[in-house]
Amino acid sequence: MTFSRLLATLTVLLGTLLAPAYAQTADAELTQLVDALAPGSFKDREAAIAALVATGDTRVVPLLQTLAEGDLYASEADGKVVFITGSGATLGLVDPVTLAELGEAPKADLEKVKVNNSLRRVIRTAIGQLTLLSDDPRIRRSAAQSILHDADPANLELLEGSIAAETDPQIRQIMETARAVIILQTDATLEDKQAALPLVAAIGGRDALTLLTGALTNSPDELKPSIQASIDGLARDRAVWDAAQNVWYGISLGSVLLLAAIGLAITFGVMGVINMAHGEMVMLGAYTTYMVQETIRQSAPQLFDYSLAIALPLAFLVTALIGIAIERGVIRWLYGRALETLLATWGISLILQQSVRSIFGPTNRQVGNPSWMTGSFELGGLSITWSRLWIVVFAMVVFIALLLVLKRTALGLQMRAVTQNRRMASAMGIRTPFVDAMTFGLGSGVAGLAGVALSQIDNVSPNLGQGYIIDSFMVVVFGGVGNLWGTLVGALTLGIANKFLEPYAGAVLGKILILVLIILFIQRRPRGLFALKGRSVEA
Amino acid sequence: MLTQALFRALDKKAIWLVAILIAVAILVPASNLLLPNGHPLRLPNYAVPLFGKYLTFAMLALALDLVWGYCGILSLGHGAFFAIGGYGMGMYLMRQIGDRGVYANPVLPDFMVFLNWKELPWYWHGFDNFWFAMLMVMLVPALLAFVFGFLAFRSRVTGVYLSIITQAMTYALLLAFFRNDMGFGGNNGLTDFKEILGAPISADTTRAALFAASAIALALAVLVCSMVVNSKLGKVMVAVRDAESRARFLGYRVEYVKLFAFVVSAIIAGIAGALYVPQVGIINPGEFEPANSIEVVIWTAVGGRGTIIGPIIGAIMVNVGKSYFTGAFPEFWLFALGALFVITTLFLPKGIVGLIGQYRTLTTKREQHDRSAPSPADVEAGADPQPKAAE
Repeated sequence: MTFSRLLATLTVLLGTLLAPAYAQTADAELTQLVDALAPGSFKDREAAIAALVATGDTRVVPLLQTLAEGDLYASEADGKVVFITGSGATLGLVDPVTLAELGEAPKADLEKVKVNNSLRRVIRTAIGQLTLLSDDPRIRRSAAQSILHDADPANLELLEGSIAAETDPQIRQIMETARAVIILQTDATLEDKQAALPLVAAIGGRDALTLLTGALTNSPDELKPSIQASIDGLARDRAVWDAAQNVWYGISLGSVLLLAAIGLAITFGVMGVINMAHGEMVMLGAYTTYMVQETIRQSAPQLFDYSLAIALPLAFLVTALIGIAIERGVIRWLYGRALETLLATWGISLILQQSVRSIFGPTNRQVGNPSWMTGSFELGGLSITWSRLWIVVFAMVVFIALLLVLKRTALGLQMRAVTQNRRMASAMGIRTPFVDAMTFGLGSGVAGLAGVALSQIDNVSPNLGQGYIIDSFMVVVFGGVGNLWGTLVGALTLGIANKFLEPYAGAVLGKILILVLIILFIQRRPRGLFALKGRSVEA
Repeated sequence: MLTQALFRALDKKAIWLVAILIAVAILVPASNLLLPNGHPLRLPNYAVPLFGKYLTFAMLALALDLVWGYCGILSLGHGAFFAIGGYGMGMYLMRQIGDRGVYANPVLPDFMVFLNWKELPWYWHGFDNFWFAMLMVMLVPALLAFVFGFLAFRSRVTGVYLSIITQAMTYALLLAFFRNDMGFGGNNGLTDFKEILGAPISADTTRAALFAASAIALALAVLVCSMVVNSKLGKVMVAVRDAESRARFLGYRVEYVKLFAFVVSAIIAGIAGALYVPQVGIINPGEFEPANSIEVVIWTAVGGRGTIIGPIIGAIMVNVGKSYFTGAFPEFWLFALGALFVITTLFLPKGIVGLIGQYRTLTTKREQHDRSAPSPADVEAGADPQPKAAE
């Protein structure tokens, strides 16, 4: 822990805790108790912690936290316990009680106050005891939650005292739940346990299930049926939530597939061209994001949260221009020779991959998540990460935008015309080569957008695109070409099917099953789910 | 009847090719084994298995050419048949290790002992017998090709769609063979071979023999392919390639023709894989990589598809280039390979062999009006479901 972070914690704690007229021990006395932490065995240290807790002094809390993190040091010469600042061979020393600076000492003269896991547990409980009676509701709440998490019977008495004193109903509820959890573990009376049962069951989810299953063995026989009933009810809820969670994972995977495949679907639909370099366009989009973030880190760090917003148009432009260049330079000479286009674009993909590897190196590049994309939240029994949620939203936005482009713009009209009947469209005065170039640019640009999104959840390396290309093909082939809805349905179906197969068959076998199913599906519908109906007959 | 077919197959070019391959099969081992060390014409020891590997690649390219160059089926999964053949040979070689493995188990290969398996899975039985293993090397790819092809061709999956699902096939196999539960050594594959038919596998004589076997197998493959393409069936194959619907409307069972070509091709690829494994000493799931299969396509395309000799020249040239570049300029190889893909498709649609043909027609154009048979690149434009772009 760096000193600045420590200081921040301290100011928060001290600012809120020092004000009340709460037991304040004299500095000298406290220092003596603190120094007792350093010598002796873990057992002695445990006793020293108990003595510190007994003072009830709030300054003990940051001290114990530092100790638990293994950042508390003792001077080898006189055994004085200190906080340290800085790093390297020489460290700054800070008095843990008065927070006065004590000068510097070489690292070799300091010894870490060692902690082990059982000691860490002791410290956690000790901090809980110190904070349960704090005046700050936030501190009390987190303390109650930590006690609920550990469920140490030793805390029961303490908990009961604090429940009586608690004024905030929400915090009191947490405390009561914690008490109920503890009661179920101990040999309390049957009535107490019966009263505790609904409270524990109300925690819900996997936690309650584990607690109750644990309680089932050491409960009196009279209680067992009602515990079992609660367990069954919880397990049913869990199954429903698990299914919902799987659907969510499936949607999340499906939206990633949709992003990766939708550009491919456009070029394939309009031009009948399989663009094997599509995955590399995704990769270039991700590297554009990396470049944008690097620039921001160096010149304007305060803009970091907007880095994705800046990267999106840039990635679109970069990949769209490269796409148009590829179309004008290579693909337009190969129209009508779909299989050869496939080979040529594969060659281009190798060149792009190796270029990126030569410029940026073969290792993964660090692309950060902006603050609004980090973390997760709970929705009922679902745990949803923000980055996944934003990618689902983003995929839908891209999908709708493309739909609008195809249905509402002149270019979209021309693209659809060329898809349906190239010769007739040409005869009606549509410049098909221009439409082709624009389509390829649009498809590549969308791949670039996908790259920006995927940079948030995947490793940005030269092989990024390779991982998606086969899956995208499957989506396009499954959904059928020339119809964006087909791609949407295909991507979501494959995503959800994949996630539902995973728990039963394992990730790899699930994927194999999906591939086999698609191969079989193609036998039934050789042109995909939403085949284009028209007069385009094979030669 | 067979002799008749053979005679027809042995047109002048094929005779020359077979003769050259047999000469190579004799001369290369002889130069390695008989000439003294330091002789200018002596082939160094490392080169024999290397060249042998090129020959198996040439065989794989030839197999692909049979379906792509002659029948218009662009398979992006031919590496799968090659790898399955390789695994067949690998299983035989694993069983030959016997109790000389690390765990000294007389029956179970090391990786099974390591995974705590108690007995041999059923599909490993019989692979201690060389002839059974060789039969499987041909049968299993043939069966896979038959089932896959039967399903795909019957429902008229063609063109790009077919290419993509062949790619999906090899990708699914790649994932499957990576799993330890499959019983094929998982990630590490099969390796540490000791001997083949009683001969130590890394001895110079064994390697020379394997080289000779590869050359002769390639010669046989050339014979078979040229027999097929010069037969009436071969003509129908070309018809299917050039205008599938028209061939169907004329009454040919297009799907059976394709199925035949696909299965024969898979068998040749399987044999190539079986010859490849003892020469490189390992087979692992990496051989199933879709990228490998696509590389085979470029060997065929560079040499010239729709010819017998083209894929052989292409495979050997590209792989010699690869060996050189990955050693001398490792960064540069992918650029070169990528450029090869682009340049070949743009400027050499008929490959190197076609280039010679192009040059010849250029010089003799005036006297002799173009009477040569249509080549795939000329006609594919018309055969493709996608109408040609407005020129």
